[in-house]
Amino acid sequence: MSPEKMVYMANQIATFFKTQPGEDVAARVAAHIHDFWEPRMRDQLCAHVDAGGAGLDPAVIAAVAELRAGA
Amino acid sequence: MKDFIIPWNERSDERDMGTPAKEGKPVTLTIDGFEITVPEGTSVMRAAAEAGIQVPKLCASDNLEAFGSCRLCAVEIEGRRGLPASCTTPVAPGMVVQTQNEKLRKLRRGVMELYISDHPLDCLTCAANGDCELQDMAGAVGLRDVRYKAPEGAGLANHFEARDTSGQVNPEWLPKDDSNPYFSYDPSKCIVCNRCVRACEEVQGTFALTIEGRGFDSRVSAGGAGDDFLASDCVSCGACVQACPTATLQEKSVIELGTPERSVITTCAYCGVGCSFKAEMQGDQLVRMVPYKHGKANRGHSCVKGRFAYGYATHKDRILNPMIRETIDEPWREVSWDEALSFAATKLRGLQEVHGRRSIGVITSSRCTNEETFLVQKLTRAVFGNNNTDTCARVCHSPTGYGLGQAFGTSAGTQDFDSVEKTDVVVVIGANPTDGHPVFGSRLKKRLREGAKLIVIDPRRIDLVKSAHIQAAHHLALKPGTNVAVLTALSHVIVTEGLMDEAFIRERCDWDEFQDYAEFVSDPRHSPEATEALTGVPAAELRAAARLFATGGNGAIYYGLGVTEHSQGSTSVMGIANLAMLTGNLGRPGVGVNPLRGQNNVQGSCDMGSFPHELPGYRHVKLPEVREIFEQAWGVEIDPEPGLRINNMLDAAVDGSFKGLYIQGEDILQSDPDTKHVAAGLAAMECVIVHDLFLNETANYAHVFLPGSTFLEKDGTFTNAERRINRVRKVMAPRNGYADWEVTQLLANAMGAGWNYTHPAQIMEEIAATTPSFAGVDYALLEEKGSVQWPCNEAHPEGTPVMHVDGFVRGKGRFIVTEYVATDEKTGPRFPLLLTTGRILSQYNVGAQTRRTENVVWHERDLLEIHPHDAEQRGIKDGDWVRLASRTGETTLIAKLTDRVSPGVVYTTFHHPDTQANVITTDFSDWATNCPEYKVTAVQVGPSNGPTDWQEEYAARTERARRILPAAE
Repeated sequence: MSPEKMVYMANQIATFFKTQPGEDVAARVAAHIHDFWEPRMRDQLCAHVDAGGAGLDPAVIAAVAELRAGA
Repeated sequence: MKDFIIPWNERSDERDMGTPAKEGKPVTLTIDGFEITVPEGTSVMRAAAEAGIQVPKLCASDNLEAFGSCRLCAVEIEGRRGLPASCTTPVAPGMVVQTQNEKLRKLRRGVMELYISDHPLDCLTCAANGDCELQDMAGAVGLRDVRYKAPEGAGLANHFEARDTSGQVNPEWLPKDDSNPYFSYDPSKCIVCNRCVRACEEVQGTFALTIEGRGFDSRVSAGGAGDDFLASDCVSCGACVQACPTATLQEKSVIELGTPERSVITTCAYCGVGCSFKAEMQGDQLVRMVPYKHGKANRGHSCVKGRFAYGYATHKDRILNPMIRETIDEPWREVSWDEALSFAATKLRGLQEVHGRRSIGVITSSRCTNEETFLVQKLTRAVFGNNNTDTCARVCHSPTGYGLGQAFGTSAGTQDFDSVEKTDVVVVIGANPTDGHPVFGSRLKKRLREGAKLIVIDPRRIDLVKSAHIQAAHHLALKPGTNVAVLTALSHVIVTEGLMDEAFIRERCDWDEFQDYAEFVSDPRHSPEATEALTGVPAAELRAAARLFATGGNGAIYYGLGVTEHSQGSTSVMGIANLAMLTGNLGRPGVGVNPLRGQNNVQGSCDMGSFPHELPGYRHVKLPEVREIFEQAWGVEIDPEPGLRINNMLDAAVDGSFKGLYIQGEDILQSDPDTKHVAAGLAAMECVIVHDLFLNETANYAHVFLPGSTFLEKDGTFTNAERRINRVRKVMAPRNGYADWEVTQLLANAMGAGWNYTHPAQIMEEIAATTPSFAGVDYALLEEKGSVQWPCNEAHPEGTPVMHVDGFVRGKGRFIVTEYVATDEKTGPRFPLLLTTGRILSQYNVGAQTRRTENVVWHERDLLEIHPHDAEQRGIKDGDWVRLASRTGETTLIAKLTDRVSPGVVYTTFHHPDTQANVITTDFSDWATNCPEYKVTAVQVGPSNGPTDWQEEYAARTERARRILPAAE
């Protein structure tokens, strides 16, 4: 998947959870990505964060940290 | 086989009881000396039928209100004068009725004599011979002689002879109207009983037919003067044909083939209504499909697709032999099943060896049976060893799955279709039931004519907004893509005006979450006044609609793909769930949240674990206790990671990590968005297996073609939009040699699976054993009950018509904040119009089936609907070729000028592959499920001379890709 598309999809998820009440946005984004993204998509996302995470919503970057901690 | 035996019980009693059933307090009367108790309001005719006594009748039918015109059903009632019609006479306590005596016999014989005096006596060569109520009644009343003759030398006074004895033309005679492709209208056989006209009005609700003229000049007429059936408003649902007691309205197939000798009850394979039909047969030849009276989804009604459009099953385009090729540039080579399957198995295993376990996957079909779908997902989970399974629900109702799952805890509609009969206010949002779900549309219109109110939320003025004898109270013609803003504004009005059902919310929902939600929606920025500029919906109209829904009694929401196919599809579904909970409209008949499912078995394919993150019964693959059940049953280890969704598979294919795909009964190249991207994904794969009836568009990129079987050729079950599990019964042998479940089993076994199912009933046993909501389902129960709605288990042994009765499946209902986020697919100077897409009545989805039937007379090509204002600005006239371009691509089609669409919005259907509507649609998708945003594409429209280069190149490529080498001698 093109990096732009992946960034876009991840940011869409973050956009939704940021509107929800509560403090745990990163955890919810992480849970959604964990539940619905196939491993190679998650790997691509993690690699993108390692490479600087260009274009990603900070909530996604925080979520990736949670994903890694949970994995 | 047991499948052909229909048990004789109450359900299979197909007698016509004469007038509709009533509800009321019991009334006891005596008919022909027998005492009988029936509900108040029942007619004497029906009461007699309940007692087993058939009163002769011609104009009465139990799906129509009594009319009292034929006078054949006269009875004698003690203490009353004259001989009243039993169909229009309600029962009274202590009434004493005589249905037969000399006086009645004489009267009836006289009535029949008059009827027959104006009816041809060609019974032996008549298409209705043996299936004619006029013939039956002539026999029943003992008519032996017709004394009325034309006077010598005078003109004929009848309707059935074209010329009189002197050769003069009979002005009363009218020729047959054969304009409808499926039935003929022969006025010479008409007895003017009005049943067809009433069926068109009361059952179908189209009001296309009328009686023209008076007295002897009375004639059934379709449309206005000069119209024939095809030119009229007739939608060819078949209700009039079924109602006709003579051969006046007759299926052409019966005229051609003769009357059927047996019938088998089965389920329609078109839309998600899931109508029950009787397939009426001569040997293995299908003579006609007749809607089944006791079908619980359709209650004896049908539409043009299910009733008539089955000819694709025997169309010459059907591929009946397996075919393979090394590369997609080569022509197809017909081979044996063994060769095709071992070719496919070797390729798939080879790809896994080189590219890994997760490099291949499957797409299950929403047109195939539950049993077939279950096997396809089992193939990937148990044989391929991954979770790469998806289904076409990805591109239609996946947001329903996610949204309702989050709000209520289960992913399905809450009601049965009968529920509409008890509703008072209906919201239809992003759906066009009279085209997409016609039989439900008719049932809804019936309820509207009884006084229920309707709110339509749709960018387009669909037929429900205003058509014969119905009119929406409010049409909120929103801008495409603003559903969430409108739904939130509706909730804003309900909450800020204090119209919510607080008792329901306190008892049934999470109160803390409601508090958060109430605070969110109460914000003035969600008011209709604040959002009007964005949504295009006048604030006063929206407020009035919200008040009506909240205060008008039982409120039911029906929705379709206009809700789900957006970047915020899942959020919209949550918004709908919020509205229903706010107003307490859940958990009883007449209310609820009702997704109208597109295909016959979308619900079933989702239930059966077609999604890459869920095992059957909507249970996440990450849950070890769920995997354990299947690991035990299948003796394999289940991958705990979610698999790829369709669009992810295509992306991974382009990236080079996804190489092989088995697609059962779905045409992703035509149906999925951004055709060029789909084509690139398919072209990058090394083994694409298409299992289908026809060489569809996807097959242009396939290496293996496995011929499929139609719904007439196999046993199984479909689950409709109301969670109803209906039997599909085999009425003829598969022309391709195998039912689809057998083909999947052969492929699995070629890869070493060792499956040995011999009947789909065994697959259902496996489903029941592993899936709690299906635990009580087996074929014996389906034989006994006709159908059941899941959940069907120990707690609900006969199924569940209405869900969430005493509490939500997840416990407390969950209010979810629904912030509107505009799609990034925006109009601008280059693409100033918004394109939205939909379906038309006569065609179905990608059209693979309906384009191969006579239904093309109603819709031979896709048209672009454009508002006259937008057309004029661009110099476009009705019927012109126009170029339709988006950021993704361009195509050409013919323009249709109409004010059904607002200025700024254009609309088309996607039934024809040469239109290539999905060359235009974009890659944007729902945030939660990746359901594509079909319903919003920024476009420009301009004059054109004809097809684009892409369309011509595509047509040429298709032709090349479909070459089949002649079979070796």
